[in-house]
Amino acid sequence: MKSKTIERWSPWIFLVSVVLLWELICSGFGVSEFIFPSPSRIWEQLVEYRDVILAHAWRTYWVTMVGFGIAILVGVMLGFIIGSSRIAYAAVYPLMTAFNALPKAAFVPILVVWFGIGVGPAILTAFLISFFPIMVNIATGLATLEPELEDVLRVLGAKRWDVLVKVGLPRSMPYFFGSLKVAITLAFVGTTVSEMTASNEGIGYLLISAGSAMQMGLAFGGLVVVGVMAMAMYEIFDYIERHTTGWAHRGSQH
Amino acid sequence: MSNAFVDFQNVWLAYNEELLAQKNYAVEDINLSVNQGEFVAIVGPSGCGKSTFMKLTTGLKMPSQGRILVDGQPVTGPLKISGMAFQAPSLLPWRSTIDNVLLPLEIVEPYRSNFKTNKDAYIERARNLLASVGLKGYEDKYPWELSGGMQQRASICRALIHEPKMLLLDEPFGALDAFTREELWCTLRDLWEAQRFNVILVTHDLRESVFLADTVYVMSKSPGRFLVKKDIDLPRPRDLEITYTPQFTDIVHELRSHIGAIRQTTLQPTP
Repeated sequence: MKSKTIERWSPWIFLVSVVLLWELICSGFGVSEFIFPSPSRIWEQLVEYRDVILAHAWRTYWVTMVGFGIAILVGVMLGFIIGSSRIAYAAVYPLMTAFNALPKAAFVPILVVWFGIGVGPAILTAFLISFFPIMVNIATGLATLEPELEDVLRVLGAKRWDVLVKVGLPRSMPYFFGSLKVAITLAFVGTTVSEMTASNEGIGYLLISAGSAMQMGLAFGGLVVVGVMAMAMYEIFDYIERHTTGWAHRGSQH
Repeated sequence: MSNAFVDFQNVWLAYNEELLAQKNYAVEDINLSVNQGEFVAIVGPSGCGKSTFMKLTTGLKMPSQGRILVDGQPVTGPLKISGMAFQAPSLLPWRSTIDNVLLPLEIVEPYRSNFKTNKDAYIERARNLLASVGLKGYEDKYPWELSGGMQQRASICRALIHEPKMLLLDEPFGALDAFTREELWCTLRDLWEAQRFNVILVTHDLRESVFLADTVYVMSKSPGRFLVKKDIDLPRPRDLEITYTPQFTDIVHELRSHIGAIRQTTLQPTP
């Protein structure tokens, strides 16, 4: 029981220790606020510029969620197609892997030419960077059905569609939620990277402008905000996952 | 021959056209006729095409040559009158035991179209079936909360829920310990005595085949052929005690000697 309590509080204990250590190093060695701001300085700046930061954070948040939403739609659809047909799997997978290896930041200048400065490049970068893990996980969940289970159903005259709906999809749900947790953090990366060069709003833009004005406290504050947003979304999907596909995590319940 | 329920006439199967061209068959020249309600066991060394035989019987595979008739009709595709269970119980972990048992009714006609309206009746049927194999009180448990033997009982219930005319079992008790296995022999015996469906049991346990079956076929290894057909004329209903009688042991011993003979003949010619 005691070790369980420790386990629950361990992330907070660790976080507080890191912040304390950081603060101690900064004040102990007299590190300049212009080089590496201390947590207290970052907090001051966060409070001071809270309205500006909140506006940029909101922009980054909704842009990320739109890109992520498209990534879920496209990722699930592609994953479904690839996972349910061997031919589609063989045909599409190599190209998708090659595409995934390209740095998504490199797409931003191209997207700017197509869509101009603003939400367009940011949404698309968030989408491009995050649909791949969703697609792969759905496809894997569907493609790794036990052949015996398939036989049990096919003997009853089940069509391929029946097998997919009754077995394939529920079975790939844990993979799907697992991939959402990875994809949401990637989507924040995509939005921020794109905003740094192709936007006048958002945390990415805030980072660049604070950096060029030597406001290191503010720049670090922006990083903290993105981190907090990504972590919060991760925890939400983790919660949904545990409450919808508990059967896949039964080891932790006993 | 005319009243046979399952009738194999000179059936050959190669898995694909390449193997067919090389005359490399998984099963060769299978002739078999099973009467209505007969319990048939097929034994043989592993990899001898027993599972292939099952796929042919259910219509999951079409023969390369020969004809298969089930219930007087040539088999042209998956037969909806059969239920299957395998060595792995393969229950769906996100469904409770009773929902797993109900799964076939959501797929096979005529149950599929009226599943929603008759759901209460079907749940009642599933409960009775589970109770008959000793799983009363476990209906709402999830498969991972059951022991291996219980999962296999549920798996057999799933194979029987749509009241198939034919039950196909592919080494269903292979992964269980000896005591659980014997318990499940009795469960299967009782289900069969009560409902008299056809059973085709594939196994490599000779005692299992002799205890349960009316007829035992011994299959040889690659190519898969039926070498021996043995009628088991032990009186029914059979009790586990019968497995300790000399009569029983003699039959097992005789079948064992055929398997030994197969080993030797297949070892000599090297391709």
